[in-house]
Amino acid sequence: MSLLFHIGRYFMLLGEVFSKPERLSIYWKRTVEEMDLLGVKSLGIVSLLSLFMGAVITIQTKTNIDSPLIPQYVVGFTVRQSTILEFSPTIISLILAGKVGSTIAAEIGSMRVREQIDALDIMGVNSAGYLILPKIIATALINPFLIIISMFLSIFGGWLAGTASGIISSSNYIQGVQYDFDPYIVTYALIKTVVFAVIIATVSAYQGYYTTGGTREVGISSTKAVVYSDVVILITNYLLTQMLLL
Amino acid sequence: MIEVRNLSKSFGNVEVLHDINATFQKGKVNQIIGKSGSGKSVLAKCIVGLHAPTKGEVLYDGKSFYAMDKDEKKLLRQEIGMLFQSNALFDSLTVMENVMFPLKMFATMSQREMMERALFCLKRVKIEGQGKKFPAEISGGMQKRVGIARAIAMKPKYLFVDEPNSGLDPQTSIVIDELIKEITEEYDTTTIVITHDMNSVMGIADEIYFINNKKLWWQGTRPELLKSDNKELQEFIFAGSLMREVQKAMKSE
Repeated sequence: MSLLFHIGRYFMLLGEVFSKPERLSIYWKRTVEEMDLLGVKSLGIVSLLSLFMGAVITIQTKTNIDSPLIPQYVVGFTVRQSTILEFSPTIISLILAGKVGSTIAAEIGSMRVREQIDALDIMGVNSAGYLILPKIIATALINPFLIIISMFLSIFGGWLAGTASGIISSSNYIQGVQYDFDPYIVTYALIKTVVFAVIIATVSAYQGYYTTGGTREVGISSTKAVVYSDVVILITNYLLTQMLLL
Repeated sequence: MIEVRNLSKSFGNVEVLHDINATFQKGKVNQIIGKSGSGKSVLAKCIVGLHAPTKGEVLYDGKSFYAMDKDEKKLLRQEIGMLFQSNALFDSLTVMENVMFPLKMFATMSQREMMERALFCLKRVKIEGQGKKFPAEISGGMQKRVGIARAIAMKPKYLFVDEPNSGLDPQTSIVIDELIKEITEEYDTTTIVITHDMNSVMGIADEIYFINNKKLWWQGTRPELLKSDNKELQEFIFAGSLMREVQKAMKSE
């Protein structure tokens, strides 16, 4: 089926998702559950990745700038800039698209092939809204917190690796982290994070919602959810960067 | 009462149903029978609005379903109960929560009243002790009962049952069939059962609709079914060894 067909159906699904909910209290309860499932339970992998990525950026930056003309604090500066501008909002979002996106597509896809979505529709429940809206709100609310934690841990990981290996002093590193800091880059990163969170939730939910067939197709939908979420994130990243930084 | 008028359904270029006309009476168990792949489930899905028909209309007590707006459809659907072939219970909810689900979404009741209604429904299908278990922790027969309890929670006017006996042993099948019959009489529902199980047909059907070759091939009652000389219908109903014995006994009489 053509790309235009999918884009059209995706936006029609979003129309259903954002139509009036039956019971707000039930939607809110589901949102809190999704925040735990999709956000809090991702904290471990996000923390681990962030710590080691910060450490690696520190070591690579130091080994690539041997010139005595370049001050030591550049290492801390580079870690901060690359973490806040790109690594935490984009790379962590790509990782979350793998973890969270596949979970969403598999859950909704399984419900589709086991007629649970039909059951919701027949009861008169707006199945798209009931299943997808809490996931969108949950990821849009919780992902910025995950990304802020990721930023701190990545910078901390860089400091730990730099000082433990002795390639940079603690004061030089901290000086670099503080050097020429523009708070707008955090705003830029958080805007990207929220947009990417919505992309992950909606693209993955779309793949799950329109699954047809059986368990094999649920697997295919999960894979598609990750691939398409990643592609859309990368394109949107480029567009947002051009809009917000130039 | 549900009426189907000139209903046709195609998927792409493949026509599955052609010009179906049928009236399903209130307070009766209306059974749609036919071979696997004959289109009986598609017909049921067209009636409940899960598939839009290519042509024709479906009337619920005289009101055209496909002419209704979104809110009217939503209200009507609260009067529909459906038991799915796969039961379609929500895995993450307990048995009790599954039965309470439609009440929580639509009913204007207190939490206590909802609990009481759900418990009443579970008692009605004789599984009141299973409320705290999850669907995966109970047998297939019990899951069917939970499906029925959820379907009757909102006191439906229309009850749809898709292959109620699939995957069940003969004894449990009879229990489920009898439950469907009892509930139809109790709630005076327009009940439509999709099946290819002749035991179920001979046990509870008030009116039978035979779908064959995309069309409504034959319609009648149980006594008429056995006496019919329709060749395709005879081939279908007497395909099983038990029904062949019945046929022999009828001939010898």
